[in-house]
Amino acid sequence: MDCVTTGGNVKVLAKAIHSLSRIGEELYLEPVEDGLTLRAVNSSRSAFACFLLSPLFFQRYQTPSDQMFRCKMPIRSMLTVFRSLSSLERSVEKCRIELNSKRSRLTVTLHCRHGLLKTHNLSFQDCESLQAVFDKDSYANILRAQPRLWVDTVLHFPPSLEEVNVSVNGERVWLRNHVEDDADTSRAMMTELCLSSEEFDHFALSSQTSITFCLKEFRGLLVFAESSGLPVSMHFDEPGSPVVLSVSDTVLEANFVLATLSEDSHQRNHNNNKAERPQALPEPDDFMSDDMDSYLIAMETSDLAGPSHEPVTASCSTNHRARLPSEGDDDEEEDEESLDRPPNKKFCSLFFGSVLPVSSQLTNQTVQSQEVLASDSEDERQEE
Amino acid sequence: MKFRAKINDVGCLNHFTRVLNTITKLTKTCVLRLTVDNVYFVLSGKVANGGVSMWCELLQVNFFDEYQLEGVSSEANEICLEVAPENLSRALKTAQNAKSVKIKLTKKHCPCLTLAAELPSLSSIGRIVTHDIPVDIIPRRLWHDFKEPTMPDFDVSIYLPPLKTMKSVVDRMKNLSNYLVVEANLNGEMNLKIETDLVSVTTHFRDLGNPPWGDNAVQSQSRDVETMAHARVDIRKLQQFLMGQQVNPNKSMCNSALYIWICIQEGSYFLLHADIVDKRIIHLILLQEDVSLQYFIPAVA
Repeated sequence: MDCVTTGGNVKVLAKAIHSLSRIGEELYLEPVEDGLTLRAVNSSRSAFACFLLSPLFFQRYQTPSDQMFRCKMPIRSMLTVFRSLSSLERSVEKCRIELNSKRSRLTVTLHCRHGLLKTHNLSFQDCESLQAVFDKDSYANILRAQPRLWVDTVLHFPPSLEEVNVSVNGERVWLRNHVEDDADTSRAMMTELCLSSEEFDHFALSSQTSITFCLKEFRGLLVFAESSGLPVSMHFDEPGSPVVLSVSDTVLEANFVLATLSEDSHQRNHNNNKAERPQALPEPDDFMSDDMDSYLIAMETSDLAGPSHEPVTASCSTNHRARLPSEGDDDEEEDEESLDRPPNKKFCSLFFGSVLPVSSQLTNQTVQSQEVLASDSEDERQEE
Repeated sequence: MKFRAKINDVGCLNHFTRVLNTITKLTKTCVLRLTVDNVYFVLSGKVANGGVSMWCELLQVNFFDEYQLEGVSSEANEICLEVAPENLSRALKTAQNAKSVKIKLTKKHCPCLTLAAELPSLSSIGRIVTHDIPVDIIPRRLWHDFKEPTMPDFDVSIYLPPLKTMKSVVDRMKNLSNYLVVEANLNGEMNLKIETDLVSVTTHFRDLGNPPWGDNAVQSQSRDVETMAHARVDIRKLQQFLMGQQVNPNKSMCNSALYIWICIQEGSYFLLHADIVDKRIIHLILLQEDVSLQYFIPAVA
């Protein structure tokens, strides 16, 4: 395998790696005819990201003679090569990724200015192909907007916020912080941002719906999208079904597939909110008749003592997400994700299957012999 | 009880945010007292805070374009809430370019202060970001805890040196000792001292100037100008105060409205030369055009 990137594309490649590092600890690399794929998945199997860099992205693109080469490595080692984006931009003219099969190393060479060569020999492990099965084109709802819009909206949520809820109806999109439904959270600060459909490049909804997914991983995609300036599409269906965030242009395509909270736990948290939010267009700014203040605080009663509370930040209990072991992935941790307490919320795990070396290897196409699913988080295995 | 206020001016919004950022650095939770004319942020000295107390007073008209208050009753026309200032800061932080910010007392799942900011957007319809900040209503029977503090009978009052300098000195001293002695006299001299078994360090400030206090005339006449009044305090409390101060970068130091006094009360020192175990306090006052902040740090033995 021999891939050479030059000029501005080196930084794009670096950004892709940075972006993937927000998802998982390992980088899965697989050169195929359609391009070089870089993938990552998180430990609970509820987030998957894939970058496909087409041959046109590269100055030279040569796949290995045995088509079946694929490997994985700790993403930290790749990050070390591409750590400083500013110095990459300033001094690197060319980047070459080659497979050195004799020594079992992936050699990444950075050709810098003044004839300086930086060579990194990264060791890797063989692995099965990592592929989440999804079909974004079948999803009922699509929103597309410039990355600036998405970045500006997530800005209003604290970096520590784990999950965000996106609700849509015909005219509007609401983003809210998602708070787990237990006693402490009545003290948490609730934030909601309302955007009108006009701000989006594309706003196609088939139904009013509301999904909740992990914000941290979404920010990972925004890291890439913002620097590329490419519009970000959000494809989603009903709660429980994964949300697919993608950017693409002529030479690359990136898909981030994130699991969403399933219906039952979801409703508990959001029914109240939705009932209170006015669904109609707000009246022209009329301070006196703003209907959010339709409640008057009751006169204080004598049993209010004014205790002190620390505000509770929303916490994501990743250990509640059940993980569906992926077929044929040979580096699995042996223990199942703990389900010792009944999870109050269930993130549906994405379905992973080993890709049969049949027809297309494109990541956004369903493998024909398998069902497209985001499987339930109960740990029954799906049949292939 | 009803409270609604609105800020339309971006300068006022920035100023209000800066005040909140300062309060956030001083305390995790405080009491917000709303009256017809003023907004107060109060922290009453309790063992839990190490005895530190704070009183911050804002003239409402200087910040809000609209302000409507209906207090608990007609003779007690104010509202007292317990709130975490960090939530308010966080809500305002990303709304600095808002066209308007509305603040309301509402009842959601619990009593809340709701902040709604109208942000500029790409379309004709603005983006609205709403934050619901949970608060606790403080019943009237507890209001006596949150009254305006009286000015202590201080022994010496002095203008502070530039806060940045003082902060860097205090930061370094913190590495050596937990307690700091602040001493000052009526000759514009101030010392910051730490003493441990191994080392003692003193930083001397000169020519600071003493504010003229009308009713201190009696004291200053009979007090020897060179004699230092001192108070020993927990260094972290002083550091916390210094960290929280954000000087408005637009105002030059010459015509700045930023004056600070440090008043050291030594209890009966002045009268009896009593021993240093007597109760003492440092009272720091920060005055700007429309905000005043008082911070009390009790002395420790």
